[in-house]
Amino acid sequence: MSALLELDSVVARMGASTVLDGVSVSVGAGELVALCGPNGAGKSSAIRAALGLTPLQSGAAKLGGEDVRRLSERERGTRAAYLPQERHIAWNLPAIEVAALGAPFLTGDAALQRARAALDEVGAGHLAERGVAEMSGGERARVLLARALVVQAPLLLADEPIAGLDPDAQLLVLERLRARADAGGGVLVSLHDLTLAARIADRVVVLDAGRVVVDAAPVEALSSDVLRSVFGLDGVWVEASDGPLLAARRLLQV
Amino acid sequence: MNRHLSLNLGLAAAILLALVGAALFGETALSAAQYGQALADPASGPGEVLWQVRAPRAICALMVGAALGLAGAVLQGLLRNPLADPGVLGVSATAALGAAGAIVLGAAAIPGLVESAALIGAALAGLLLVAIAARVRAPEALILFGVALSSFAGALTALIFNLSPSPIASAEVMNWLLGSVQNRSWIDVAWVAPALAVAAVFAAGASPGLRMLTLGEEAARASGLSMGRMRVLALIASAVAAGAAVAVAGVIGFVGLAAPHLVRAAVRGDPGRLLLPSALAGGLMLVLADLAARLMPTDQELKLGVFTALVGAPLFALIAWRAAREWRL
Repeated sequence: MSALLELDSVVARMGASTVLDGVSVSVGAGELVALCGPNGAGKSSAIRAALGLTPLQSGAAKLGGEDVRRLSERERGTRAAYLPQERHIAWNLPAIEVAALGAPFLTGDAALQRARAALDEVGAGHLAERGVAEMSGGERARVLLARALVVQAPLLLADEPIAGLDPDAQLLVLERLRARADAGGGVLVSLHDLTLAARIADRVVVLDAGRVVVDAAPVEALSSDVLRSVFGLDGVWVEASDGPLLAARRLLQV
Repeated sequence: MNRHLSLNLGLAAAILLALVGAALFGETALSAAQYGQALADPASGPGEVLWQVRAPRAICALMVGAALGLAGAVLQGLLRNPLADPGVLGVSATAALGAAGAIVLGAAAIPGLVESAALIGAALAGLLLVAIAARVRAPEALILFGVALSSFAGALTALIFNLSPSPIASAEVMNWLLGSVQNRSWIDVAWVAPALAVAAVFAAGASPGLRMLTLGEEAARASGLSMGRMRVLALIASAVAAGAAVAVAGVIGFVGLAAPHLVRAAVRGDPGRLLLPSALAGGLMLVLADLAARLMPTDQELKLGVFTALVGAPLFALIAWRAAREWRL
């Protein structure tokens, strides 16, 4: 069986700079892969490339074994769900309507039914009729996660889904993504919190300056060497009762 | 679902009442007997007033308002910006430029030519916007481009005034630019009705995409709906609607801006479901505005475009003020 997502030696530019420089990443069914790396490493670009939203200089992005450029928009939309980092919602729609946007090809009632279930899944069932403009950032993040779950695509791509959320909401979001993978879906998620990445992911792909530095099991991928060279951290992994914990300090004191 | 249906039915009922009002009141006061005569015999004097003067004028106002309300709702959804409308994006100004050029060149003598020139102007603006939208995806960039287009078309229209050798032609252009549905006939209705129908079909096609765009450009592009197709449909719909409105009634501001605002809360922000009620609200606004402009005790009849701007601008400021406090603009 082919991987749900395959980036094969992808090169992409943004203006004059090369944002992806031969990136290869794959995500299989039942797998949660975390993309880690400093700001500007190419995490968002990799996710956008996987969705066909970024023109590629060379290489290929494949969804379910097929080149994303050869897929129709509809096929793309049903093979991969996308949870962008941007959480701005233009109009004050009720949460249930926003979540239902995940199923644009279903009839109104069927979409609303799925939306209700997804809102319940992310603990936002009570917000269904509330306008998204009247919500806190955390509540809106839940609604948007529900929207991505409503797609029910085999693959879910989440770009920094926990940025700016309180600890409880962060854990809830990651828990839902993990549940998606455990149910047989593939998940690619970019994360800045290395401890949470290590705890949630099957594999961690470390990107730096548009290149894959390492692609391995979490604690192995985030070795002291990588922490030093990529993140500028002097860090060690401590085995806490509930999982690995990164103890780190900055190498360069400025 | 039911709430949206009752909103639209309510607006339609209000429009019917407004149309009856527009038929009843006018410069020539008619007695009850004369109304009876008008209904019984359309060829009689009162019948002429009712069926050949007031009725086409009111229907024209309705359709022009509906076209502007629809165009405004489409553009606001497309640009995810409550400040967008055909005026802001230069569609109205380019249509006006086309008409002004045609008038100065003496086209007013040939029926339909000024209207065609306005439609061509709007279509050119629409094509330009489609071409730009295909290259730049940021809605802000499209708005900026529209503002530039609007200013440029305005400057060219001013240039026409400047260089026009005939003060009569200038006065004619000015008169036309002010915007009015005075003396409009069933021929004018026949102009705007098919354009409005075409715009409505395109707008309906764009509706699901407009709703999806609520999530932002990136999420919408990955949603499975074709945003490129939606953008073309939406721009054609707004150009056709705005072009037809300008072609028949000249430049009438604020309806495209205000109509979507008036009904947005009732559809809970949904830019797809906004389209129909916004068109209805725009039509209702213009029928009422035209009736009010006719009943104003002024020597010269107040031009509809002047009236909508006088009433619309402060009203819009008030709406913007309230909206900004409740929900960021």
